[in-house]
Amino acid sequence: MGKTLVGNHIRKLRFNHNEMTQQQLADKVGVTRQTIVALEKGNYSPSLELAFRFAQVFELPLEEIFYYGKHIESP
Amino acid sequence: MTYQEKKSIVSIVAAILITGLYSAFKYAHYPAEELDAEALYHYWGAFVLVLLLVSILAHIVISIVFNIVFRVTTREKEPGFADELDKLIELKSNRNGFFVFILGFLLAMVSLVLNKPISNMFIILITAGFLSDITGSATKLYHYRKGV
Repeated sequence: MGKTLVGNHIRKLRFNHNEMTQQQLADKVGVTRQTIVALEKGNYSPSLELAFRFAQVFELPLEEIFYYGKHIESP
Repeated sequence: MTYQEKKSIVSIVAAILITGLYSAFKYAHYPAEELDAEALYHYWGAFVLVLLLVSILAHIVISIVFNIVFRVTTREKEPGFADELDKLIELKSNRNGFFVFILGFLLAMVSLVLNKPISNMFIILITAGFLSDITGSATKLYHYRKGV
């Protein structure tokens, strides 16, 4: 339980998209705000379908939103 | 604390209060004289049925009151639907709740096999139902706080 191996850049991407709020993103991908909170905290790995919905909203490929295992931020 | 976490805590407190108060009330009205088998089955049957009814009604009322208080205090609307995280947590809480109840059911059967008084079987079943309710809510609380 707890932190999953699937990490994400959702928090950073939200702010890069006109400081989108968690609620706005939740409405766009069709989940509750609490699920966005859990994803950003790394407490939940999304289903493949939900991951693709994030990709649609941010207009980015999956691997630029999600990563598996340890991830080193590029400078 | 999120809506779901608060709701799980309210569910646990409600379950403890409802079962505790109702059991205390029925205990005070337990017949002092020795009951024959028919009266005993009637007493425990009525106990379980009324407890179920009271429990359902009280949970509905508590849920309505909780939603009103939540809206007033946080000025936030409660989530109007269950998404994939909610459904996953619901499944896990149901699994744990059912597991506890099945365990209690088996213990109740064991008490019959060991020729214990029939009251024991009913008390074990009622306790198992109560613990299963608590386990379900506690599982929800745990997963909403710690993740899935």
